[in-house]
Amino acid sequence: MRLFGLFKGKKKDPAPPGDEAGVDKAAVDDTTAPQEAAEQEEQPRLDAGLEKTRSRMGGGLRALFGGRALDDELIEQIEEELLLADTGIDATRTILDTLRREAKRARTTSEVRDILRRTLVDMLVPRESEPSQPPPGQPWVMLVVGVNGSGKTTTIGKLAQRLQAAGHSVALAAGDTFRAAAVEQLQQWGARVGVPVIAQKTGSDSAAVIHDALAHARSRGIEIVLADTAGRLHTQANLMDELRKVRRVIARFDETAPHETLLVLDGGSGQNALVQARQFGAAVDVTGLAITKLDGTAKGGIAFAIVQETGLPIRFIGVGEKPEDLRPFDPEAFVDALLGNE
Amino acid sequence: MFDSLTERLGKTLKNVRGQGRLTEDNIRDTMREIRMALLEADVALPVVKQFVERARQRALGREVVRSVSPGQALIKVVNDELVAVMGGEQTELNLRTRPPAVILVAGLQGAGKTTTVAKLARRLSERDRKRVAVVSADIHRPAARDQLETLAGEVGVQYLGVAGANDAVGIARGALEEARRSAHDVLIVDTAGRLAIDEAMMAEVRDVHAALEPAETLFVVDSLSGQDAAQTAKAFDEALPLTGVVLTKTDGDARGGAALSVRMVTGKPIKFLGAGEKTDALEVFHPDRVASRILGKGDVVSLVEEAQQNVDTDKADKLAKKLKKGKGFDLSDLREQLDQMNQMGGISAMMDKLPGMGGMSQAQMQQAAGAAGQTTHMIAIIDSMTPTERRRPDSINGSRKRRIANGSGTRVQDVNRLLKQHTQMSKMMKRASKKGGMQKMMRGMGGAGQIPPGMGGS
Repeated sequence: MRLFGLFKGKKKDPAPPGDEAGVDKAAVDDTTAPQEAAEQEEQPRLDAGLEKTRSRMGGGLRALFGGRALDDELIEQIEEELLLADTGIDATRTILDTLRREAKRARTTSEVRDILRRTLVDMLVPRESEPSQPPPGQPWVMLVVGVNGSGKTTTIGKLAQRLQAAGHSVALAAGDTFRAAAVEQLQQWGARVGVPVIAQKTGSDSAAVIHDALAHARSRGIEIVLADTAGRLHTQANLMDELRKVRRVIARFDETAPHETLLVLDGGSGQNALVQARQFGAAVDVTGLAITKLDGTAKGGIAFAIVQETGLPIRFIGVGEKPEDLRPFDPEAFVDALLGNE
Repeated sequence: MFDSLTERLGKTLKNVRGQGRLTEDNIRDTMREIRMALLEADVALPVVKQFVERARQRALGREVVRSVSPGQALIKVVNDELVAVMGGEQTELNLRTRPPAVILVAGLQGAGKTTTVAKLARRLSERDRKRVAVVSADIHRPAARDQLETLAGEVGVQYLGVAGANDAVGIARGALEEARRSAHDVLIVDTAGRLAIDEAMMAEVRDVHAALEPAETLFVVDSLSGQDAAQTAKAFDEALPLTGVVLTKTDGDARGGAALSVRMVTGKPIKFLGAGEKTDALEVFHPDRVASRILGKGDVVSLVEEAQQNVDTDKADKLAKKLKKGKGFDLSDLREQLDQMNQMGGISAMMDKLPGMGGMSQAQMQQAAGAAGQTTHMIAIIDSMTPTERRRPDSINGSRKRRIANGSGTRVQDVNRLLKQHTQMSKMMKRASKKGGMQKMMRGMGGAGQIPPGMGGS
């Protein structure tokens, strides 16, 4: 899931666009020491972003681990905290079952805590991971989808800023041709970040705009295209069909594209996020998730339910308003933030 | 939107529906199921706990346990609680103030505020013939003001751009002055999406509110939202004197638990539902209807209510006593039974309301409808008899039969059939009064597991 390698690779190892090293080497480098150091630096940020989550959930849990073994009351309290974090009934049950089984012989509460932590981290390990790569000379394409108001455009703006800062060339495709002023919103991001935005007027064909952007990127040798789409509820069959068409048009341009189809989920959403992941997955073959707005909400539990069910990797989480608050997702850091790492 | 919750609760309640007796065990199981159904629907945990506890208390109370049909009484309890949580009656916008009446719209990022503003503007200008103006005080999100300006053009209301103002309060003040000058009836003010925990942003919206003194302050909440909806609503309610809630994205398949949570936590009425991409997709919210939709399918609840209203338990008791004393079941008694059935809208109306009757065949329906017509005829026949005839059916000879048939507009065969049915029933009654009372008898009457509650006595 080290798409985040994109942010770092370029500075150390400039590579021509299309070269595997440019995008992928960083991903491979991911587990090396410098990376870890960087992540350690970033831990406080995530902690701050998830402060509220922790003060509710972690705080609650920390209090629970005050010095007793795993009894029914403790189980019930853990259950409540998990439910309050939008973990959902099924995932919560899975977690508690595992905990009961594994923690049976746990003597100390810190053992129980470790088992819970490991259970939670394990649940966040995706079944699939790496985004695919384009053939040489073609742009790397990310298609961004999601329901209305989940934060697609903002996520694209922040991503563009970070990628640009990391030395990549980026173009944005204003594929949300439905919502009033969505094009202008993306154009303002483009201007702010200093990357080109390929757009037509509101009401034009989304697939055509994105196709234009891809052609533009190829002819100018731009490495990365981030394609916005209009928000749509997964229950709207015609709009989901439109999204399928967008995907087909992209694939016609380059059969390996889109290299990533990112589903943006509102971190404040409840159990319906699972249905969204399922439906968007079925329609456009989602390959990664971004969970936004985790800064203001006492939660994050939805992550367990979704990865558990879909096996999709969470690439990014949004923990604040600033571009650097769009962070790569790290299961361990995430769980530690939830549990309150001492 | 509420369909899956409906399904889930329906399944749960089906299990108790037929129960003649509720034990603490099956009440506990039912409550556990209801708890899960509500949690899966994203109802906030504290709200779930409160809801379940109240329903449980009432379920253990007299009204249910001593009811003639405890299973159905429990359904009624759950329904009552749902309606109570949802806020009883439907509430309109209150714009009775010196114009321009200001509507302030606030909520989290991405909840759907701007779209809601456009939908409200369209509704007020088209349906209520108001002169509506809108303005966006969102200085934070890129192109937010462009978005509302475009939408205003689409729905045909004026956008009051304020030149030179760069802060939310300044924009709001300027727009209000402009709306007053240009004699608009209503000014709808959009605000920046914010996070409930962001103090600076909350202070900003408080200032906007103070500057505008709005007639309505609406909190927009996403029906897809989870447990945090309750927290957020509370934070907004503490910061702003909210007057109502708009629930958005209800055309999705979320289970709408946020509606319950927000309503319960703030105590403010849900006034509208946003239900689609188009600017006319704004519906008035009817709490009672939604509650019965949640309980679902055949409108079980109204059936229970009708049964309780219509079936006079006193009469049933009287009849039971009379039979116990060894007196016969005469034609007046039969008439009373028929009358009660008619009051419930006849058999076909009852069938309509019973869940699971949707699958009834055409022939079955016709048969039921025929039976309903028959009740009326049977009552007419009995009405054409003298009191003595009703008490002593044996006394009805051929000439009396002709007179009765003429009087009731029926044929002698019909009178004969009625007398025969009565004879059969009184035989059954006699057996029943020996063997264990009315309940058994009623059960014996044509497989009437669905006999209206109350008729069985108990």
